[in-house]
Amino acid sequence: MLAAGGAAAFYAPRALGQQAARVVVVGGGFAGASCARALKRLNRDLAVTLIEPSERFIACPFSNTVIAGLRDLEGQQFGYDGLKRVGIEVVPQAAVTVDAHARRVTVADGTTFDYERLVMAPGIELRLDAIPGYDEAAAEAMPHAWKAGTQTLTLRRQLASMEDGGVVVMSVPASPYRCPPGPYERASLIAHYLKTHKPRSKLIVLDAKDRFSKQGLFEAAWQALYPGLLEWVSLSFGGQVTAVEPADMTLVTDFARHRSDVANVIPPQRAGAIAAAAGVADQTGWCPIDPVTFESRLQPGIHVIGDAAIAGAMPKSAFAADSQAKVCAAAVAGLLRGEAPRAQKLVNTCYSLVGPDYGISVAGVYHPRDGLLAEVEGAGGVSPADAPPSFRAEEARYAEAWFHTITSAVFG
Amino acid sequence: MPPAAPPCRRPLRHPIGRGGLWLIAAVLAFGGPAAAEIAPSGAASCSGCHGPPGDGGLVPSLAGRPAEEIVAALMQFNAGERAATVMDRIAKGFTDDEIRAIAEWLAGGGDQAAHSSQP
Repeated sequence: MLAAGGAAAFYAPRALGQQAARVVVVGGGFAGASCARALKRLNRDLAVTLIEPSERFIACPFSNTVIAGLRDLEGQQFGYDGLKRVGIEVVPQAAVTVDAHARRVTVADGTTFDYERLVMAPGIELRLDAIPGYDEAAAEAMPHAWKAGTQTLTLRRQLASMEDGGVVVMSVPASPYRCPPGPYERASLIAHYLKTHKPRSKLIVLDAKDRFSKQGLFEAAWQALYPGLLEWVSLSFGGQVTAVEPADMTLVTDFARHRSDVANVIPPQRAGAIAAAAGVADQTGWCPIDPVTFESRLQPGIHVIGDAAIAGAMPKSAFAADSQAKVCAAAVAGLLRGEAPRAQKLVNTCYSLVGPDYGISVAGVYHPRDGLLAEVEGAGGVSPADAPPSFRAEEARYAEAWFHTITSAVFG
Repeated sequence: MPPAAPPCRRPLRHPIGRGGLWLIAAVLAFGGPAAAEIAPSGAASCSGCHGPPGDGGLVPSLAGRPAEEIVAALMQFNAGERAATVMDRIAKGFTDDEIRAIAEWLAGGGDQAAHSSQP
């Protein structure tokens, strides 16, 4: 049988004698939801089950504008009705175990789902064991807001209630982590908020790196838009946070103690917990994959896409997740038909807002090379350094258009 | 660098023409073959920004546009001869043959053709 334990009867009655292959997708973010839809588009006879505990997905892209008070969280939320409409079975449960040998997923209520191929898109887990003092309780006082939702609103509220003249401190982790330029977009938009509403305040960004995505563009924009307001402290200059003391809102580095009125601690990350439970995460905490099929290097029959995957040069972005989802879906659909997988190029485009009408982007084209996804040489790169304001404004509008298109395509 | 690929011999316009595609879509909708054509290399990424026809978005829809038009645009982006924000950077990652294959797939409806095969 395709589904064990009465799951099929409970979640979606299936016709007797139906022999369609079953693909189970774990995780309903950009990667998982897009992959489920692509599988169904590629072969409508495939039985596709999406296992996702949240009733609504809350998107991270543009959530920095929520923190800065430029947008409401409602605009970040998407349901799964669009997936159900195209015949995807959506199971509102958390996956708790994966038996790669038996090809079976068990969810929180004990129901089991058998699969022929499993796609895991578990996203990230924030490591609350990485920075001494930064545990679950500390994350309430010093929100990470690196998963959109209540954390986003907590940080927004804290900024809104801060006195003018206050100090905001951000802590940014070493790579790899979700959305490489995200912390710098956030710093920009917090700076915009402070400049607009609390101009005597200051933002200090403590970074565990010396270099970051779109750095030249960000730094030029900071100098132009937020001079004296935003200070970036690199690793070499003592930016790495070694401990936090939430009781007195202090971030500690080897060089200084930074007392803050609002602290945003973005901790190191790893693949979502179910990845380790399934045996697809390695000692780095992330999931090694084949760059053609996205099949796990550790467990046959399981594919890993999105932020959890080690995708070589491809960043952990929503655009990349969606690209990977569609390539993985094609590989899975082909493998189920007994076809040899074909190498595919993938694209990423990431927009960042430096201000409401000031967008910058990085793009890349990737192909499988030496077992990883490598950048296609001569392609990609960041927005021009010398572009006029009209170009920046256009990219800000394109950022919004991209968000509308991708969320409509994946969740609409 | 790999050796240059042989010139693409496939005709630019889809041999069955656009009217025929709608017919195929209709056949699919009423119980024809369930499997859609797998996108050529790189093509699956296009719909990250380019939505379905009539979505009114800032980024133009490409589904069903003539292949020649898409090839010409991508070649110009690739050569840096057409004003762009990101498409110049993206088009440089594709060979002429890949561009043709992507354009033909998009002209045939791309992801949208697959959408219309949904029951």
